[in-house]
Amino acid sequence: MPRIGVFVCHCGLNIAATVDIAKVIDRVSQHPAVAHAEDYIFMCSDPGQLLVQGKIQELGLDGLVMANCSPTLHERTFRNAAALVGLNPYLVEIANIREAVSWPHMKEPERATEKAIEIILATVEKVRQNTELHTIKVPVTHSVMIIGGGVAGIQAALDCADAGLEVHLVERTSSIGGMMASLSETFPTLDCPQCILTPKMTQAGKHPNIRIHAYSEIEEVSGFVGNFQAKVRHKATYIDWSKCTGCGVCMTVCPTKKIPSEYNHGMANRTAAYIPFPQAVPNRAVIDDKNCLWLLKGKCGICAKKCPAEAIHYEDNTEIEELEIGAIIVATGMEVLPVEHFGEYGLGKIPDVVTGIQFERLLAPSGPTAGKVQRPSDGTEPKEIAFLQCIGSRDPANYKPYCSKVCCMYTGKQAMLYKHAVHDGQAFVFYIDIRSDGKGYEEFIQRAMEEEKVLYIRGKVSKVFEDEGKIVVWGTDTLTGKWIELRVDMVVLATAAVASSGVNELASKLRITTDEHGWLKEAHLKLQPVETLTAGIYLAGAAQFVKDISDTVAQASGAAAKAIALLSKDHLERVPIIACVDQDLCVGCGYCETFCAYGAIAVDPVTGKAEVNEGLCEGCGGCAAHCPSGAATLTNYGKKQVFDMITTFTNGQVVQ
Amino acid sequence: MTDKDRKGEGKAAAGDDFEPVIVGFFCNWCTASAADLAGTSRMQYPPNVRPIRVMCTGSVDTSFVLRALLEGADGVMVGGCHPGDCHYVTGNYRARRRLTGVIKILEALALDPERFRFEWISASEGAKFVKVVTEFTEDIKRMGPSPLKGL
Repeated sequence: MPRIGVFVCHCGLNIAATVDIAKVIDRVSQHPAVAHAEDYIFMCSDPGQLLVQGKIQELGLDGLVMANCSPTLHERTFRNAAALVGLNPYLVEIANIREAVSWPHMKEPERATEKAIEIILATVEKVRQNTELHTIKVPVTHSVMIIGGGVAGIQAALDCADAGLEVHLVERTSSIGGMMASLSETFPTLDCPQCILTPKMTQAGKHPNIRIHAYSEIEEVSGFVGNFQAKVRHKATYIDWSKCTGCGVCMTVCPTKKIPSEYNHGMANRTAAYIPFPQAVPNRAVIDDKNCLWLLKGKCGICAKKCPAEAIHYEDNTEIEELEIGAIIVATGMEVLPVEHFGEYGLGKIPDVVTGIQFERLLAPSGPTAGKVQRPSDGTEPKEIAFLQCIGSRDPANYKPYCSKVCCMYTGKQAMLYKHAVHDGQAFVFYIDIRSDGKGYEEFIQRAMEEEKVLYIRGKVSKVFEDEGKIVVWGTDTLTGKWIELRVDMVVLATAAVASSGVNELASKLRITTDEHGWLKEAHLKLQPVETLTAGIYLAGAAQFVKDISDTVAQASGAAAKAIALLSKDHLERVPIIACVDQDLCVGCGYCETFCAYGAIAVDPVTGKAEVNEGLCEGCGGCAAHCPSGAATLTNYGKKQVFDMITTFTNGQVVQ
Repeated sequence: MTDKDRKGEGKAAAGDDFEPVIVGFFCNWCTASAADLAGTSRMQYPPNVRPIRVMCTGSVDTSFVLRALLEGADGVMVGGCHPGDCHYVTGNYRARRRLTGVIKILEALALDPERFRFEWISASEGAKFVKVVTEFTEDIKRMGPSPLKGL
């Protein structure tokens, strides 16, 4: 008879307030395979683990059921603790009685207790049939692919490259830099991106371990942690980058000049042949095939004639490159909700109503107005500007329920920079609450209010419309209860941040998930914020949720550290839960081969029996369910194990 | 007489205090995580479902579902990743194809096919998990105890 130990955790009151622990211990102890059952207030704590280890040694336990929180939290903790005293870690199983029992059934303690008992007993049935397993060693590829070349991707790339890893930085536009490159100055220090970002961009561009795949997208990703295979599509640039010097002659001669510039967020135009901004890395031109006259109509061709490097070929030079990758960092960042959403604020209808990111370009010395604040409609200097916060954020009824987090700070910054540019101007800020929770942030907002005399009005705006060359803003001051009408020259909307377009398709390719708003989902919100549920894939920056630059850089370094730690060894230890085939039962029908998505199981032509390649098997268990003769099984998920779990649930206990 | 015809009978026999036994096979990568999220968010749902964590719905053998029903479970639920999102590429499609066959078998056994439910619930859909489990429990309560119970 097996000697199973059951350890029931109170988790403070998280479990004990709902589940009757004494009753659980009493019932579980009656199971013939249970040699010992004990409870403790915090089983995951050091004394808790010592208690478990002591009992393993003292009583010679040969299997453990840890009844506590979800296996995603402490399965590894207890398996490691058991291994330290000589019990094979795969003889330890978790019975989740917190997330699956005490928390969702708080109002039904009796039934919750019954459920907890059954889950523990079912887990006893499973673990008593578990076999000892040993980790499988697989070689790893010492390279990292980083998707997204904003400040998160750049930081992660530099950290990984400095640690000696080969880095592939994939960016879908023709230059790295991301959203940060479009900013005027950054809060709370007022550094400009040219001062702090472009040195990093150049460093990434020149680093011997970093290869930038600009104007490229992910086509397909297969494989698994340590050994991914990625297909990267280098989109057609129509320009030979090995010859292009980035001189910009093509831009000056290109006659198609009225294309809204992505870098300037529509506040300026670009040509069809273009380099997005002067500090671009790589500094190479591309031809936009949706607008180029030669590519569309076969007319023009002037850039090819004028290019001093003879780099322009008008040939579709799309290329798909296959890369071997050990770890992946996703740093796809964020965007703001598109302008067409906000008709009630005049966005897209009144030219002097702009979004925050557009106003950045009007403030930026590198922008279309060279840092002079001018109204887009007539180029005059606005003497009064209204900044409206929470446009589309904290608005579950119409747009996004969440706080976009960076708007309070950048609005304060923009109002401040506006005052620096227009000394006699007046800035008004409509807000719901001011959220300034970073280092030096509150002081920054106070400075905007006290030194720059920015007028903060607590309340939302109901309507924005044009009247005799002015923009009228109707709103309420909720502190005085008074209705307000302002007549201003410009309106700046802090529109809600959203996940980058295309992130859902990318997530599917990577087999990671997004939440309902498109933000990439982390393995655990608090304790594993940079990991995903897929081993070897990490998250950096605003792709996970809106972040300011400080947090983005911190998370990027965090993700890089995870990738570096993963790839610091020559071999990875893989969980040995994989398929195995009973050679006596296998008839060699090959049905399993047709199921396996990894080509990990195949009929050996010599023996005529199916065999599992343990380096390739991912352990899904599909072949076991598919096998007509019952020869294939997933180790420690055998049919009899599952049947006995089912019987515990239907009959209360397996009759021995 | 099929299970469907017995509906009224079951209800009468069961009374109001009938608490169905439901066995759930939940994919480790999506539905089991959704259940964790529901718990962490303290969303409340009826405690009738007994969860079994599987690595993939593709590993859910037809016999698992039948075993549970033959042993008297009042309902069986399988929760997997949305189409296209399978952690193991195609396991959820295979599961759907295989488990659709269960419905035919249930009809042959004169069991209401609605005692079996297959759902796509992603890791972030804690609320959907709660909704599905609550609805399924109520549906089974309405159907009454499984006619195979206690045989």
